[in-house]
Order: sequence, then C-alpha cells, then structure tokens
Amino acid sequence: MTDQSTNQLINYILHLADNALILGHRNSEWCGHGPVLEQDIAITNISLDLIGQARNFYQYAATLIGNDSNEDKLAYLRDVREFKNCLLVEQPNGHWAQTILRQFFFSAYQYYLYRQLEQSKDEQLAAIAVKSLKEVTYHLRWSSEWVIRLGDGTEESHARIAKAVENLWPYTGELFIAADYENEMGIDLKSIKEKWVLKVHGIFSEALLIVPKEQWMHTGGKTGSHTEHLGFILAELQFMQRAYPNMEW
Amino acid sequence: MDAKINTKSSEDIRSILETVTDPEVPVLSVIDLGIVRDVKMNDDEVEVIITPTYSGCPAMDVISMNIRLALISHGYKNVNVKQVLSPAWTTDWMSEEGKQKLIDYGIAPPNPKQQVCHTDLFAPHEAVQCPHCNSYHTQRISEFGSTACKALYQCDDCKEPFDYFKCH
Repeated sequence: MTDQSTNQLINYILHLADNALILGHRNSEWCGHGPVLEQDIAITNISLDLIGQARNFYQYAATLIGNDSNEDKLAYLRDVREFKNCLLVEQPNGHWAQTILRQFFFSAYQYYLYRQLEQSKDEQLAAIAVKSLKEVTYHLRWSSEWVIRLGDGTEESHARIAKAVENLWPYTGELFIAADYENEMGIDLKSIKEKWVLKVHGIFSEALLIVPKEQWMHTGGKTGSHTEHLGFILAELQFMQRAYPNMEW
Repeated sequence: MDAKINTKSSEDIRSILETVTDPEVPVLSVIDLGIVRDVKMNDDEVEVIITPTYSGCPAMDVISMNIRLALISHGYKNVNVKQVLSPAWTTDWMSEEGKQKLIDYGIAPPNPKQQVCHTDLFAPHEAVQCPHCNSYHTQRISEFGSTACKALYQCDDCKEPFDYFKCH
C-alpha cells in the first residue's frame, strides 16, 4: 500500500472507531438513570458493545500508525477536530425517545454498513464487522421495537418521539455522504442508504410516525467540524489522561 | 522445573487452562467457554490464542492476565496471550460439560439451535428451560442481563428468575 492509501485506511478506521466510542459514551450517560431497570441495563449493554467495537478499531488503527500509538492515546489524546464521528452520535441524549431514535437511526445504518464490511478485502476490518454484526443485530431489533412502542404508544410518548424525529432527522443525511477516506474503501453508501430508507419507512409506518420530507442536512463531523456537544463529551471522557498524563488504574 | 518445560505438551497447558475461569461466570473454565482457539509452543515460549465472546466483554483483559499467571505459576516463563477476532466466537463452541456446569450453577445454557440473530420484531421469545425446575413455562424479562452474554428470564412455574446464556 502507498502511504496515501494507508493514511486513508487509518482515517476510515478512526471514523468507524469514533462513531462507536462517542455513541457508546453517550449511551453510558444513562447508566443508573434508565426509565426502568431492564432498559437501563439494555442501553448500558449496548454501550459496552459499542465501546468494545471502538477498542477493536482503535487497536487496529494503532498497529497501522505504528510508533508508540495505542488505543488509549487514540481515544484520550486526540482533540475535537481530529475526531471523525458523524454528528448524529454526539447529539445529546435528551429524553428516552430521543436516545432510542438516535440508536435506531444509527443501528440501522451500522447494520447495513457492517454487512458490507464483512466482505471487505481488508481481513481485519472484515473480522471486526463479523464479530460486531451479531451485536448490532440485537441493537437494531431492540431500538426498532422501542420506536414502535413509543410511536404507537400514548399521546405523550408519540408526541415526544415525533419531536425527536424533528430534532434528529437533519443529522441523518451525513451518514450517506462519503468523506474522502470512505471513497477508497469500496463501500457502497448509495445501496446502504436505500436499505436504510426502506427500514426507516417500515418501522415508522408501524410506529405511526411520518418520515420527514427532503431537507437540508448538517455535515462536517466526518472531517472534524463538530457540533458544540463533542467538546463537552471529550472534556469528560479525556479529563483523567489530560490532568494526569499516562495514569493507569 | 526449567528442564521439564520442554517435555511438557500442549495437553499439559490445556489442563492448566482448565483451571482458569471466567471471572463473571466462575464455574466455566476458558476451555469450557470455547474461547481458547490455539496453543502454540516454540522452544521456551508459549502462545495462547483466545477470542472474545462479545466485542466489549470486560472480562477479556482479566482472563488474559489470569492465563498468564496460571502458566507462570506452573513454571512457564515466556507466556504470550494473543486475542484474535476471526473466526468470531459462537456459543456453539461451548463444551457440553460447560453447559451442564451452567445448569448446576443456576444459569440456563444457550439453546442448541441459533434462534436470535435476526431482526424480526416482537418475535416470540426463545423457549428456555428453567435451570431450577426444568419447566419450559418461562418468560423473558429482559433481552439484556447482568452481563452482555446473558438475558434475564423468569420461570412461570417455580417463579424463580434466572439468567439465560444467550445464543451468539
């Protein structure tokens, strides 16, 4: 591989890792605050899966970067502009319906993406995708059921998730707009988008929710231009390593 | 001790690994779980290759360390524990002995046939046998349980809640 294509591969892996880490971190904020114990455990288990996936990606990126790079440095010592996660995953938890909808949008995307990555020529990316896909299948099923439960639930649950659709929809477009480093990976975002749209339409019709019309979409996360929320996440996530460099526990 | 090392076979190492247990399910050894994929010996170096159950399983680092400690305490000096992801772990690799140990411990073992890896919604819950009274008259309380690998069930006959080591 040329240096250029190695760099693009590293960027792509960091993008996948950052998506998983930031959504995992967001979900972990629910720990101890879930609406009922079983769902508190569910959302934190999803966190654990995502952070585990992030570790696998960071470890792989670190081996490609070489020198003394490692997973901890990649997670704890990069600044906002270096993070390549999409804007959707850094959006605040809001209420339960907003968290559920964010998970559903992302899990549906991740599900179809990993199904393509399973076929990747890059063996390690394929291995991580195969490993993660079973977990993502659970996440997608769980979040789909909750979207339907809330949308087709009470007047209040419906109003709340409908509001969440309004809030989060403008962040979904970015998922399907390729950054430079994605173009070289042989991932067909167009076909992922088609499947994702079909999935969303199916679940929304059962949930009695309306799919928003075509509209302007936020972008920038994949190349480091984030909403103001990511800085606050990193302040919490990275505090220890910044304040006490190289500490271990 | 040193002189004996070279004569030890990987079978000896496996028997040591039988004593290393999963910290979250302490009745299962790493062999029962099926996470030990290979044991390699080169001169005085031992390499144990393991694979995680779930991507985020927090027990993996502890398990790696315990494998090292167990082998070192049996006289092996150069121990290397390596994690690989492919092929991905499945509950099919759990030993029959391990499944029986789970039942004795009060955890329902994974069903023999994979039933859960699909996206069908509101599907009927898997029929899981109660490890306490053997009834199939059970219901799922939560798809996610005390650890990533388990779901929470309750028996409608004996009323006991129990963990189900879910298919994966």
